[in-house]
Amino acid sequence: MATTATVGNKSLWAGGVAPLKASYGKLMMWFFLLSDAFTFSGLLIAYAFIRWSAPAYKGNPDDFVFSTEYWPIPEKVYDAFPGVHGQEWPLVFVGLMTFILILSSVTMVLAVEAGQRMDKKGVVKWMLWTIIGGIAFLSCQAWEWAHFISGSGVATIGDVFLNGRWVEDYEIMGAGLSFNQYGPPAFAALFFFITGFHGFHVFSGVVINIITFFNAANGMYEKRGHYEMIEKVGLYWHFVDLVWVFVFTFFYLI
Amino acid sequence: MATATHIDAHAHDDHDHEHHETFITKYIFSLDHKTIAKQFLITGIIWAIIGAGFSAIFRLQLGFPEADLSWLRPLLGKWIQPEGSLDPQFYLALVTMHGTIMVFFVLTAGLSGTFSNFLIPLQIGARDMASGFMNMLSYWFFFLSSVIMFISLFLETGPASGGWVVYPPLSALPQAMDGSGLGMTLWLVAIVFFIVSSLLGGINYITTIINLRTKGMTFSRLPLTIWSFFLTAVIGVLSFPVLFAAALLLVMDRSFGTSFYLSEIYIGGEALPNVGGSPILYQHLFWFLGHPEVYIVLLPALGITSEIIATNSRKPIFGYKAMIISMLGITVLSFVVWAHHMFVSGLSPFLGSIFMFLTLIIAIPSAVKVFNYLTTLWRGNIVFTPAMLFSIGLVSVFISGGITGIFLGNSAIDIQLHDTYFVVAHFHLVMGAASSFGLLAGVYHWFPKMFGRMLDRKLGYIHFWFTFIGIYAVFFPMHYIGIAGFPRRYYSFTNFDAFSGFTDLNAFISVAAILTFFGQFIFLFNFFYSIFRGKKAPLNPWKSNTLEWTTPRVAGHGNWPGEIPTVYRWPYDYSKPGAEEDFIPQTVPFSETMDSNLPHENDMIAIEKEESASEIVVDGAKGH
Repeated sequence: MATTATVGNKSLWAGGVAPLKASYGKLMMWFFLLSDAFTFSGLLIAYAFIRWSAPAYKGNPDDFVFSTEYWPIPEKVYDAFPGVHGQEWPLVFVGLMTFILILSSVTMVLAVEAGQRMDKKGVVKWMLWTIIGGIAFLSCQAWEWAHFISGSGVATIGDVFLNGRWVEDYEIMGAGLSFNQYGPPAFAALFFFITGFHGFHVFSGVVINIITFFNAANGMYEKRGHYEMIEKVGLYWHFVDLVWVFVFTFFYLI
Repeated sequence: MATATHIDAHAHDDHDHEHHETFITKYIFSLDHKTIAKQFLITGIIWAIIGAGFSAIFRLQLGFPEADLSWLRPLLGKWIQPEGSLDPQFYLALVTMHGTIMVFFVLTAGLSGTFSNFLIPLQIGARDMASGFMNMLSYWFFFLSSVIMFISLFLETGPASGGWVVYPPLSALPQAMDGSGLGMTLWLVAIVFFIVSSLLGGINYITTIINLRTKGMTFSRLPLTIWSFFLTAVIGVLSFPVLFAAALLLVMDRSFGTSFYLSEIYIGGEALPNVGGSPILYQHLFWFLGHPEVYIVLLPALGITSEIIATNSRKPIFGYKAMIISMLGITVLSFVVWAHHMFVSGLSPFLGSIFMFLTLIIAIPSAVKVFNYLTTLWRGNIVFTPAMLFSIGLVSVFISGGITGIFLGNSAIDIQLHDTYFVVAHFHLVMGAASSFGLLAGVYHWFPKMFGRMLDRKLGYIHFWFTFIGIYAVFFPMHYIGIAGFPRRYYSFTNFDAFSGFTDLNAFISVAAILTFFGQFIFLFNFFYSIFRGKKAPLNPWKSNTLEWTTPRVAGHGNWPGEIPTVYRWPYDYSKPGAEEDFIPQTVPFSETMDSNLPHENDMIAIEKEESASEIVVDGAKGH
């Protein structure tokens, strides 16, 4: 009958013990991340849905100019770098951002590893580097947004709805939620919403990292006997990193 | 590492010693899962009165379109027009809020919130939820969401009124109708908080079931209630976030000038600036939650029914594993059928046929469950408690409503019947009535454990027959009205000659609906009276096998005063041949039931001995 399995062999699933030796906190983090993954999937599917129902640019990429009529080529939009003027460095800056974020995941791994060795100094050091990485990423994103909002190059001509009435042949410069110089309105709206939603996740992660950093530095986890909190925070941080890979792919590569 | 986990799993053991409870920590900001469950239940009951009351009001309009409703003016104020009829805008708001309240606030929070919270720790043998604090937060987010939704009922422009699915563009453009203004904004805010609450709850339920089962409580010994709560929580954790994403995008469209769901709209001849979005996108995102939501509402009711039918038939549940597998099947399938709500949205007919195929497959696990209920009842020593009657009633309405589901799953028929009263009748039976019956059955069955007192049996019988006959009287005729082509959500049909022959039938439905609504007050009286004055309950009033009946009559925080009991067998050993009594609780080892053991169960005795011996060694080593 139904009861024959697992009891005899002292299985971890027999009750009375936590299966897989995972604490409830870690399990909860995993399920939260699973849920959050579905939120991001919903948003990215919305992106794909709108992106592929919008007209695409059909001409030669070298002749590309911005227009509200078709979806822009990402390399032409994201080609600026702080301090570099008049040159096109397509995707270099976002590449740097991605590299910083991935590097901060590496330092997070090192913090977790130090925690497993009960090495307080190591945890504190690597958490600090992770926090710096997170803040650096957010700063980069702030610059990227600022540049995206203020716009560059030649203004795009289009009809816009401004202050309650239609304005024809308006010179669109930069980007807002309702219209932008790079392409159809949804292009900027999706960019702001999805990178913003991800940025908010990074920001929350940095705040949590700072809290755990202080707790670790004050010896709270040492007293507790384990550094599991660092592992949980680490899970979240890696997740945010992983989501960025998808966001990056959707917005910058395709 | 192993010791660390061991400590974690039992970290809650000393809950009942450390508490110094005041009124506030005991009844308001309580961490005790039993109190939180009661909070969910009572909030859910209040919402049920409001939600069902709304349906009584709009049924008055539908049944008696010419009637003078000015006697409702003290309650509804200016929503009753000067000439005494119901305001058409408010009619739409009533329909919308009836759906929202019933689906989310009553049958999701009221059902899952109550019984997952109450039964998971009690039936798996845990002191409390994995995180009592998050559990408390879950209730208070729900409360906050409730308050916001409640406030929206009193706005001058009325609450949201674009239907409970709040499709854009109607819901996205505040100028579209009164109900798309502030009422819609509050609706979205309330739902966002509701999702947070549901997520906090769901994560807790899943984790608790995985990590905090007592010794011997393998997954194959879990009561089916726990399996259903587990899978419900999984569905919720995976589907609500997609609604979250959809709601956030809708908020952006409404308030921040984006056009995710909007394109090429003219209002009063004026073109709106929105281009490039698609309302169909919202439908996809919404129904990716919306369909699994049906099973979030239904599965707990089915789990509760499994437990009650087995207990009161005094027979093991028929097909324990088949029940689990069919629930798993329903869980998986619930995520891949959403587009059957969108057959008339311009969906490609080829895609439609794929979704039709997947939808019809759900009939298989559903039928497996129904047959298992019937075969459990077959030749059982049935005890007709009120809970049992409601459970059998659930099986009945589940069959009646499920069969029309097979009609509607076919796109060819659905295109004809889409958005008619046939659909309304279908989902009210299979989801609304079935889940409400599950909820009521659960309350009747576990009331003694919740409050330590018994509900009055006779009032329970009266309540059941009133409700059971009432539900069929309301929804059976509705199928005919739907086949005749009555569209749902319409304010009135008096302008259409084709519908004039159905006036009497509509009036009949309305009378039945209003009577059924008032019938529920029998239950309300019984419920609140018995909390204080009911007969004191015995420890195990239904002679049930599960663990919650091994706790004291009124269990404190921590559930068991001594050690948590160990589990030795599955929960369905009813009327086992050779046993002294017709039930053997899960805590009775096989070594004490030599006369009724099956051959392989005799082999378990050696293992039991070994386990308890090793237990002593471990305990000794740790110096307990």
